[in-house]
Amino acid sequence: MKFKLTAALAGLAMLVGAGAAHADGELNIFNWGNYTSPDMIKKFEDKYKVKVTITDYDANDTALAKVRAGGHGFDIVVPSANYMPIWIKEGLLLESRPDQMENFKNVDERWVNVDWDPGRHYSVPWQWGLTGIIVDTSVYKGDVNTSSIFLDPPAELVGKINVAPEMNDVMYATIRYVGGEWCTADKEVLKKVRDKLVEAKPKWIAMDYGVIEKFASRDFAAAYYWNGAAMRARAQNPAVKFGYPKEGFPYFMDSAAILKDAKNVENAKLFLNFIMDPENAAMISSFARYANGIKGSDKFMPADMKDAPELIVPKDLEAAGRFLKPCPPEVTDIYTKIWTEVLK
Amino acid sequence: MLSAREAAENARRQDVRNRWLLSAPSLLIIFFAAVGPLFVMLLYSVMAKGDYGDVKLWQFSADGWFGVFFQRDIFDDTLALNDAHVAIFARSVKLSLATTLITLLLGFPTAYFIATRSERSREIWLFLITIPFWTNLLIRTYAMQEVIRNEGVINTALLKLGLISAPVQMMYTDMGILFGMAYVYLPLMVLPLYASMERLDFRLVEAGYDLYATRLKVLWRIIIPMVKPGIIAGSILVFIPSLGAYVTPRVLGGGKNMMLGNLIELQFGQGRNWPLGAAISITLMAIVMVALLFYVRNASRPGARHG
Amino acid sequence: MASHFDVKRQRGFAAVAMVCFFLLYLPIATLVVFAFNAGSSLAVWEGVSLTWFMAAWNNSAVQEAAARSFAIAVIAATIATAAATMAALATTRTEPYRGLTFKYAFINQPLMVPEIVTAVALLIVFSRIKAWTGYSGLGFIVAAHTAFCIPFAYLPIRARLENMDLTLERAAADLYATPWRAFRRVTLPLLWPGILAGFMLAFVISLDDVVITEFVKSGGQDTLPTYMLGQLRRIVTPEINAISTIFLAISVLVVTLFFFISRRKV
Repeated sequence: MKFKLTAALAGLAMLVGAGAAHADGELNIFNWGNYTSPDMIKKFEDKYKVKVTITDYDANDTALAKVRAGGHGFDIVVPSANYMPIWIKEGLLLESRPDQMENFKNVDERWVNVDWDPGRHYSVPWQWGLTGIIVDTSVYKGDVNTSSIFLDPPAELVGKINVAPEMNDVMYATIRYVGGEWCTADKEVLKKVRDKLVEAKPKWIAMDYGVIEKFASRDFAAAYYWNGAAMRARAQNPAVKFGYPKEGFPYFMDSAAILKDAKNVENAKLFLNFIMDPENAAMISSFARYANGIKGSDKFMPADMKDAPELIVPKDLEAAGRFLKPCPPEVTDIYTKIWTEVLK
Repeated sequence: MLSAREAAENARRQDVRNRWLLSAPSLLIIFFAAVGPLFVMLLYSVMAKGDYGDVKLWQFSADGWFGVFFQRDIFDDTLALNDAHVAIFARSVKLSLATTLITLLLGFPTAYFIATRSERSREIWLFLITIPFWTNLLIRTYAMQEVIRNEGVINTALLKLGLISAPVQMMYTDMGILFGMAYVYLPLMVLPLYASMERLDFRLVEAGYDLYATRLKVLWRIIIPMVKPGIIAGSILVFIPSLGAYVTPRVLGGGKNMMLGNLIELQFGQGRNWPLGAAISITLMAIVMVALLFYVRNASRPGARHG
Repeated sequence: MASHFDVKRQRGFAAVAMVCFFLLYLPIATLVVFAFNAGSSLAVWEGVSLTWFMAAWNNSAVQEAAARSFAIAVIAATIATAAATMAALATTRTEPYRGLTFKYAFINQPLMVPEIVTAVALLIVFSRIKAWTGYSGLGFIVAAHTAFCIPFAYLPIRARLENMDLTLERAAADLYATPWRAFRRVTLPLLWPGILAGFMLAFVISLDDVVITEFVKSGGQDTLPTYMLGQLRRIVTPEINAISTIFLAISVLVVTLFFFISRRKV
């Protein structure tokens, strides 16, 4: 009867669901949103006959929380440098020894012995960049190389600024802005930091990810955000300019690693090796517009990336940039508290 | 005699047992995937928070509940009201009440309009209300975003008409969230209002006019009291989901204008404070239960129904 | 009184109602219209085209999410409808018995708790179970959907049952039909419109869910709504409009069917 029809339908639906996974293998990647080159994935899928699924996250903490909770079903995750030690310490990553993989020779020496994963036993470079200022110069024409754009915004920009909801990046810029050092526990300094942030926040419009289209649609006129996004925003709105805060700006590097409870370890290893190939690394970069850590990839990159002002730090501002080391837990605790206070 | 009564009693017992068996699948599924987890969450709310999310199992702590409304100062460790949380609670309640009010002001005349049509066209109007009600809430929120964006329909139209010189900022503001919620929950107000107006006894209205009441007086003194159950039902139906709204403020609020739903999500994601998130969730649920109780008491009070 | 005096009329109500309908449909209409835009703008009209429908159709992420949404909705709605039918049979046409009110409250519970609360509670419990059992398949999403679909399926079935009297079933029993036979031959055919209506409601509710799915899903388990939620914060092209339009069409179709089925008298 009709029950049978329904049952048959359900069965059919199951088949449809299963049909999606007809490839020889699967690979589940958990990565930042809008960060993974579809062409590169396509190439990987075709080469190894593996079905790749990408799931987005929008913050290191979100990814960490989801994986920590268990039962996530992912194989690969791409944490930022300052979070990598947590992932390793918490035993969430598989020691997959990328340093012994075939393509490891392509990794730039600069990115081999890094603090967060010495000798690269867990992770391979994905992309690196920095957090700085994005300004729509049709709205504001002044100096863009300063954190005052979002901490003491000029009148033209008030109510049009987006700040990336990334604790460390925002804390670093603000600590430097009020004259402190990274990982400071000096309460005088931190009080200034909190007061500055609490004072500045009402002048922002959003604390959100995904700024590229918002600059094109003129919803945002300024942002404290990542340089690659600035370049993509400029492609849609030529008035967009990227600034390197002279008070201090943080570099980041996101690295791909295999999760301890991954179900498709072999495919994940293939993938790590795959992205260390210069041509494939270049595909990643030309999509998300950040530099990668792979030697020889620049010759596969689009021409407009070679002289992009978003990717070349001006000589006089080079000293202002640095990688953020993880702070001691008691300091991180205070930072988190300040941050939560600001975020609410 | 006795055995007949016994037999009847046995049959009744058998019947009740069968009825329990028949309801078992529903009860079990709901227990496993809806009610049971709420109890686990209650348990989680009194445990110590894990360093990176989750909880430290069986290490009890009152910090989660403490954090719902209080905080220790970062700098001098003094106890203080957590004004951030209080503000979010207040904003959620305020926005939900405003949403309820707007939907009531728009929905009441609409429901009345539908209820006073002829039987046939009534169904068509009703159908037109039902369609948005059953369309995906996310899609409707997105549709709203396209309307209130800086380059959206409203701003473009106002600019073209020369009424404004620069776009009015509606996205990422409380006003934007309010518009969005009023839009998505409007059908929830109209439907119960209509249900109570459909049965409205217009002889009473006529009697009012016979006594030379004005239209306004008839509305205020006769119609509104008679459809009060509908007004309460509609208000509750709008207020409750507004209070727990998550998608609309997330899409239209830009991550800065949080409501309770987003505050809860934050604790399970970036905030990494599951016990606090669990405690806020339970608090939200308690507010909803109070609202529901209010509704039940009002709806079942004799005389509240018209007629 | 003058015969043309309309006691039902209230000044301005019709106007407000029209404004209301206009406001309800303006955003949806805008969304649908721009799905057909030739350009990639959501504000500037550049001519009619089906580009974005093609883009959505060829987007493998969309295809998979859509297939997954559909499969989950069919399975969850089927189980929910079956369970709700049994529950409705168990809670109608009877003298009140101990536990009856409890059953009502329990079955309607998913309607009374804010979705976000259920969602995080499920996140807590399911992630533990996933870690313990090592199973992290679609079963969890299906279970969660089934639970909140039950009250929706239950409502129309119960309503239908309450309007059916027991005469026919008693007659069948008098003719020595077994209870099962009586159920299949008499009750079920009479109940069928209610069951169908319940199934459709459950189906649409499952298809629409964002919040619970967002918190319960594991890697690679995006449904169409969660996929859209992810996209919405970043790239908004008319492709999202195209997907929404198709989605909308399906919902409207199901609701229209529901509308006619639930109107049909015995």
